[in-house]
Amino acid sequence: MSRTMTYAEAVREAMALAMTRDERVFLMGEDVGIYGGAFGVENDLYERFGTDRVRDTTISELGIVGMGVGAALMGMRPIVEIQFSDFTAQAMDQIVNQAAKLHFMVGGQANVPLVIRAPGGSGTGAAAQHSQSLEAWFAHVPGLKVVMPSDATDAASLLLAALNDPNPVIVLEHKLLYKQSFEVPDEFPVARLGEGRKVTEGTDLTIVATSIEVQRSVEAAKILAERGISVEVIDPRTIRPLDTALILESVEKTGRVLLVQEAAKFGGYMAEVSATITESEVFGALQAPVKRLCGLDVPIPYNPNLERAAVPQVEDIVEAAASLVEAW
Amino acid sequence: MAVTSKELATDALRQMWQIRLFEEAVEDLYGRGMMHGTMHLSIGEEAVPVGALRHFREGDALTSTHRGHGHCIAGGADLGRMMAELLAKDNGYCRGRGGSMHIADVATGNLGANGIVGGGVPIAAGAALSQKMRGTDNVTICFHGDGSVGEGAWHEALTLASMWDLPVVFLCENNQYGMSMPASKAFKVEHISEKATAYGIPGETVDGNDLEAVAEVVGRAVERARRGEGPTLVEALTYRWRGHSKSDKNLYRTKAEIAEWRDRDPIARYAHDLLEDEVLTQEELDAIQAAARQDIRDAVVFGTKGAEPTVEEMLAGVYAPTPEEVQA
Repeated sequence: MSRTMTYAEAVREAMALAMTRDERVFLMGEDVGIYGGAFGVENDLYERFGTDRVRDTTISELGIVGMGVGAALMGMRPIVEIQFSDFTAQAMDQIVNQAAKLHFMVGGQANVPLVIRAPGGSGTGAAAQHSQSLEAWFAHVPGLKVVMPSDATDAASLLLAALNDPNPVIVLEHKLLYKQSFEVPDEFPVARLGEGRKVTEGTDLTIVATSIEVQRSVEAAKILAERGISVEVIDPRTIRPLDTALILESVEKTGRVLLVQEAAKFGGYMAEVSATITESEVFGALQAPVKRLCGLDVPIPYNPNLERAAVPQVEDIVEAAASLVEAW
Repeated sequence: MAVTSKELATDALRQMWQIRLFEEAVEDLYGRGMMHGTMHLSIGEEAVPVGALRHFREGDALTSTHRGHGHCIAGGADLGRMMAELLAKDNGYCRGRGGSMHIADVATGNLGANGIVGGGVPIAAGAALSQKMRGTDNVTICFHGDGSVGEGAWHEALTLASMWDLPVVFLCENNQYGMSMPASKAFKVEHISEKATAYGIPGETVDGNDLEAVAEVVGRAVERARRGEGPTLVEALTYRWRGHSKSDKNLYRTKAEIAEWRDRDPIARYAHDLLEDEVLTQEELDAIQAAARQDIRDAVVFGTKGAEPTVEEMLAGVYAPTPEEVQA
């Protein structure tokens, strides 16, 4: 059996499930109460769970993440919503210097089971301060786990996994996905952090893609199949820890790999995936150089044509994949 | 001076001596090249933590600062494990990973010192949120310096804690300087406690070198918090005799000023009052100091006997193990 649900509804259902199952779970964020969340993710959660567990905060990102750290240290399971992932910049001390390091720094005396949910990505005309993909910032910091759900099931399953984890987990949702409908199972399985997913099977080329670029890659794979190119799409789902084995196994089989991310290219996350592949024992199986297809190295622009041009679209993936297979 | 009992006075004096002598020992070990890194000494400020934590109960929490040895000792931490941590040993509180700036004793509610000015302030508010959500009458004592009052984190934490009437005492140890910036120059208000007005909470300034006065003022704030009436901002006026850290050449203050504050030594003053009020005899005062000296000697012995931490354990200490990893 399955049913249809939007990505936002899946996030909401997972939060409701977690709050029902575990009284330590609560949500804090800006406009998550009567407003229902800036993207409608929370909707009626505050009516169902009350204002004690669905807490509307002041516009104080550093404060609310810090309070999440404090509550987590005391054994609670806070979910902190940052309204746009860009605003994590306001909260970086608590994320990077506190949450990420406390368990290590105090010799294992304490855990910080904090979940920070934040929507990233472009495509809404919100321009440079509301459209970034900042996953590389977080993935770079030892002590954090980072997940990027690409569909409704993962949005719920990865969130449930994050809430079971004794470490701080950054959940980077995608604001373009919120309103999309997906088929989902009757009951969301709890994912295992660090376990990727093979989305399509293929033999000519591996595409590793994250977040919204997963569905764009699957779309591209269909077009490429018509041209006789068989593509295997891998969604790491968790970018730290990374399911290295799944990626290497696929690359060894196909011999070619295209890495697709929405984030700007320079210093981006896919550079890490590229290095992981080229440093590995499957290097010898490569028939072509590892190729990255990323956002342009610009702040996300307002103009819709420029905004579209700034990040990989389906046709860009088709072109990059085809040239990789045809040239090598 | 209104001392409640001989026992309380003995404990308080012994703790103040432990703080003073611990830090003098640390200074000596550092000077002799037996301790590395950096540390921030609170010599001259001992009455604040000892007075404030007289009201500390099981289930209460505290957050500390980079100048945190006093908070730790007054909170009841083990001197040997503290010294071992400063000596970077595996038997230290943080297994040698944190050093002076990150000592925590989570089992007793000490959520840790903090290397980031103001870093502990939102964490304290979060701990208090947990205490409130669980329906306890526990409180959190948030030690912070005058320097942290300039941080956004401080403002955000006071905003949220006052909005939600959280059981937290924001205890500002105004030791007159944020590294070299004089509090008198940094703040246009005469007393930092006046800032409480902006948050609609009580604010009070107390002579931080008068142990019983600190105990009384913080006691009122703690009782208010336990009754569910919300936070209080307490400013304790004190002075650090030593420089900010090891690099300090004291260029921003005069020798006369330091000498003037040394004359207001909180330990000598407390001992003098106890003698004058016939709470303790000179012999008893001497015995307390001697006992504290022995405590520190024992701590140094414990610390120096500690083993070196290993790279393997360090690598295993970045993330808390998940329930599945624990099972495996």
